[in-house]
Amino acid sequence: MKEIVVWAEQKENRLQPVSLELLEKARELSDQINGSVVAVLMGHQCRPQADELIHYGASRVFCVDDPCLSFYQSDLYPKILARILSDISPEIVLIGGTTIGMDLAPRVAAKLRTGLTAHCVNLNIETIDGKDQLIQVVPGWGGNMLVKIICPERRPQMATVRPGVMEMGKPDKNRRGVVIPVAAGVSEKDIKSKTIEFIRDSSEDISIEEADIIVSGGFGLDSAGGFALIEELARAIRGEVAGTRPAFDQGYIPEFRMIGQSGRTVKPRLFISVGASGAIHYTTGFSKSKVIVGIDKNPKAPIFDMADLGIVGDLRKIIPCLIEEFKKEDPQK
Amino acid sequence: MPIDIIVCIKQVPDPEYFDKITLDSATGTIRRTGIPVITNPADRHAVEEALRIREEFGGSVTVLTMGPPQARKSIDEALAMGADRGALLCDQVFAGADTLSTAYILSGGINLIGRYDLILCGNETVDGSTGQVPAQLSEFLGLPHTTHARRIDMIDDRRAVIERVVENGYLRVEMELPAVVAVLKRINTYRLPTVMGIMEASQKEVLELGCSACESLGMNSCDMGLEGSPTRVAEVFESPQRRRVEMLTGEPQEIAKQLVRRLHQLDAL
Repeated sequence: MKEIVVWAEQKENRLQPVSLELLEKARELSDQINGSVVAVLMGHQCRPQADELIHYGASRVFCVDDPCLSFYQSDLYPKILARILSDISPEIVLIGGTTIGMDLAPRVAAKLRTGLTAHCVNLNIETIDGKDQLIQVVPGWGGNMLVKIICPERRPQMATVRPGVMEMGKPDKNRRGVVIPVAAGVSEKDIKSKTIEFIRDSSEDISIEEADIIVSGGFGLDSAGGFALIEELARAIRGEVAGTRPAFDQGYIPEFRMIGQSGRTVKPRLFISVGASGAIHYTTGFSKSKVIVGIDKNPKAPIFDMADLGIVGDLRKIIPCLIEEFKKEDPQK
Repeated sequence: MPIDIIVCIKQVPDPEYFDKITLDSATGTIRRTGIPVITNPADRHAVEEALRIREEFGGSVTVLTMGPPQARKSIDEALAMGADRGALLCDQVFAGADTLSTAYILSGGINLIGRYDLILCGNETVDGSTGQVPAQLSEFLGLPHTTHARRIDMIDDRRAVIERVVENGYLRVEMELPAVVAVLKRINTYRLPTVMGIMEASQKEVLELGCSACESLGMNSCDMGLEGSPTRVAEVFESPQRRRVEMLTGEPQEIAKQLVRRLHQLDAL
């Protein structure tokens, strides 16, 4: 049986949405290669999450439950995952491109001496020279190009995918699967890099990927009085504020609110871009949004090639009218 | 208690010019002639962090890069900032390396340099932006690693405490040295080279290391460059992202009303 493994990331015993998104993708790919979906879960007292993984489509869950795994440990997690992967020799391994996944995946790929492709925006199977290959599509050169990457000879084929890129499936409590407990098989002496505590930091606190409505500003706001205008717009529409790299460089937004190739990828129900011309390394971060509104003073700005609805005009005149109109919709704001 | 640090840096195409990179549809190859190069931004912060640690504890800072002969310019820039010496891994055999092969070759460079307590990297580069090399490098060196570092506190030459950013906060990580640490740009503000620094840089030693030097360590050239890379580019194509835009026109108040109405129709509110 060809296995597709998803590394299931949990934090404080809550599964990260990206892992569930990848399970759905793994299910789809497994149909194409007549394979099965396996999840690997690590943590402390994480057994309940194993059932949840089955509901989302894993037919087997390797569950490594050990007190020394309660936080991510960059020595232990790769060691354990690589050992499990060596035992089951899967075809494909998918890992969420979180700050943790991006630390774990490369170390595991290096242990297995196999290929790893980062930030895939699409995954599918093609038969090349009689062999099923995972086609890993990544944006190249600021999103100007798309690049198909394959790992023709070595196995497993490993890929990371950022949160929000794939669709999450619906859980089905009737799905049945097997939970296989696995001993961590590591000890304190294996730890040379030891996470001792997690400190919540509200300046790092929101997950912009989960917002339904995002109002994103570019450098064009600089001459229109700064970000106060779109912060008010975001409040009026109950959205989150985000921005471009120049907006981040200028100090208007923190890094985790930066959209684009080198920042976050989002696909909200509504994305409103204000005062950003629409350089490709920015637009690639929200191109999958359901509805995109572009607002800029330059009628030739490339943002209008990307938008469903476009408005050209003086931001200082347009935005206050929008705020007023949205407030009428939702008088409490 | 001096601390010897190796900083891995990379010369990359300037992201300001990424939209000038085009695809030759006949051959499926990338046209990037004339695109200016810079030192990868995060790597400059890694150099800065190394200099700060040396200023506090003493020791040395060596910058290491793999690339074509012109990558020497990025080494010179780091030397002008204050690094003590440089090393350039340069060989035809290295060309076409993916992250695994790059990490393998860099591990050779580090072993050739020899003495180190700490290895710093930028967390990711702006060209590939995979962020994979630091963790893969640590595997080849058999060292512990931490990525996404926003702060490094050296306890002594055997231990450091790292603040490592995660999605909703940060982890405090105690590391035994030697170790590989990949830093975020926010870790510091880097200095610019001074005129004096630029003059001194030309006097500093830059090692040139090729495939044969790596082989002298018992490394295998089959694991280097394109041949040693498990991944392959199968195809490059231009990104289809366009939508058909509907422009809203009129007085601002009118536009605002139209927008709300259209957003309702599109079920976007």
